[in-house]
Amino acid sequence: MTAQTTPGTARGAPAPRELTRGERWGRRGPLLPGLLFVIALTQIPFLFTVYYSFQDSNLLRPESGGFSGLANYGAVLGDPLFRNAVVNTVLLTAGAVLLSLVLGLGLALLLDRAFLGRGVVRTLMITPFLVMPVAAALLWKTSMYHPVYGLLNWVISPFGVRVDWVNDFPLLSIILVLAWQWTPFMMLILLAGLQSQPPEVLEAARVDGAGPLETFRSITFPHLRRFLELALLLGTIYIVQTFDAIYMITQGGPGQATTNLPYFIYLQAFRAFEVGEAAAAGVVVVAATLVIAMFALRVVSSLFEEES
Amino acid sequence: MTDVGARRPDHGQEPVRPRAPRPRRRRRIGPGFGLGLLAWVVGVLFFFPVLWMFLTGFKQESQASTDPPTFWFEPTLDQYAAVLGRDFVPYLLNSLQASVLSTALAIVLAVPAAYALSLVRIPKWRDSLFFFLSTKLLPPVAMILPLYVIARNLGALDDVRTLTLVYTAMNMPIAVWMIRSFLVELPEEVLEAARMDGAGRIREMRSVILPMIAPGLAATALICFIFAWNEFFFAVNLTASQAATVPVFLVGFISGEGLFWARLSAASTMAALPVIIAGWAAQRWLVRGLSLGAIK
Repeated sequence: MTAQTTPGTARGAPAPRELTRGERWGRRGPLLPGLLFVIALTQIPFLFTVYYSFQDSNLLRPESGGFSGLANYGAVLGDPLFRNAVVNTVLLTAGAVLLSLVLGLGLALLLDRAFLGRGVVRTLMITPFLVMPVAAALLWKTSMYHPVYGLLNWVISPFGVRVDWVNDFPLLSIILVLAWQWTPFMMLILLAGLQSQPPEVLEAARVDGAGPLETFRSITFPHLRRFLELALLLGTIYIVQTFDAIYMITQGGPGQATTNLPYFIYLQAFRAFEVGEAAAAGVVVVAATLVIAMFALRVVSSLFEEES
Repeated sequence: MTDVGARRPDHGQEPVRPRAPRPRRRRRIGPGFGLGLLAWVVGVLFFFPVLWMFLTGFKQESQASTDPPTFWFEPTLDQYAAVLGRDFVPYLLNSLQASVLSTALAIVLAVPAAYALSLVRIPKWRDSLFFFLSTKLLPPVAMILPLYVIARNLGALDDVRTLTLVYTAMNMPIAVWMIRSFLVELPEEVLEAARMDGAGRIREMRSVILPMIAPGLAATALICFIFAWNEFFFAVNLTASQAATVPVFLVGFISGEGLFWARLSAASTMAALPVIIAGWAAQRWLVRGLSLGAIK
């Protein structure tokens, strides 16, 4: 691994002299188009969002505008609908992430063993993650959850129960769809973790007479921990941003029962045209995401250190 | 086989020798077979909704919503004909254009960037690398308003080119990280040999590096294509009638209220199929893409 770091250092090492300005730009040159492009399309819009969040701005009132200080933040944080959206986001994310993580771990352990048709099962398993989320949401809303014709009700009908899934358990319905979609993601990351275990160590444990449980507890789990963390953090970051399923299945309802932060901001911006408040809510979301993201970056960083 | 050999000493201590083989064999097959079967059952369960969607697309509407569900039916292509007759094709072309062009653009921008961040060690390369990653963690809701306003002021709303640029930016972190992870795996001797031959940067890139990472580039492109094709949030907010993509087409079925399940399933199948095939083809590299190159 360290050999791969040598080209740069080898070329730089014999000449500790300062690179000339031209040489430096020559080296940096290939990076710039991509870097500038990403800055232009992500950072500049975000700066605008921060700017809007301090403006009294509504797209329907062209005369609106002007600095409004922290008024938007006050309005957003004082808005019971915003707080409701925060609670929904936390419940939704925690529910979907934990459910898919647990299922993903179980499946990864199952698929780590050799059995007939393992490749086929793996291929079947990853399919829910590949299905266009909008199509998946519609599929669940109609074929799975429908109170009369839905397959879920058909499955539980021998028990004499019929459930109006989306109306009676809106949050759970969304969580189940998300868990279905994200379990393959968790499984893939954890399976990669399991398969990166050095076989000698497992073999040594077996020779020393460690049972499967003992081996899992003292060897596999510590090795898997960083992969679990990465799956948890990446899953959280992606699932916090859930929009498609809510837009397609519940439209944030019934009432406000499934309005999460992305959907709340969408409503503020594109239905109420309250640009200022939507922007303030967006900045709050970014601040919250940043906390999770920092942990995620640390984990990626540690996996990354190992590599180089 | 080695398993049996390893256990034999244990069994040697058992009191009733002749009986030992039978339970032993059952134990050897038992848990392994059971767990394999369990994996199959769970795998099929997870896949079943997708299979159901596929099947329902070949039903008549009267067979699509029944209680109990209809499992056996005469397949028909009526629903596919109906969807294609309902102006589905322009949406398909918009999706294709936005996904393919944004993928190509992301690769073109990411290859030199990944090169600068791996084989040439530029100052602060680590910061730049993590900067790309951090943009992936920025929620789209935090950018959508300004993008909408800027696009509106430029007259670029409802334009596939706008979506293409947004998707390119969205996929850049994945592309840079993935391609970089392929570049650092290149054997040192090969690069060294190219330099000994006096190959310049560009020739080294074109005739040595690119051919070697071609499979990696293909994998990266497939992953970028998957994300762009499935993207909904930017598509629904930045397009209206001209540039709307396939996910936006499916929105029309929300209010269908269970009347057009078969047609909906046919449309969903057509919408999902390209990515399912791309994903199956790229499944070896899926983890690397999803973890932004952090996991091999």
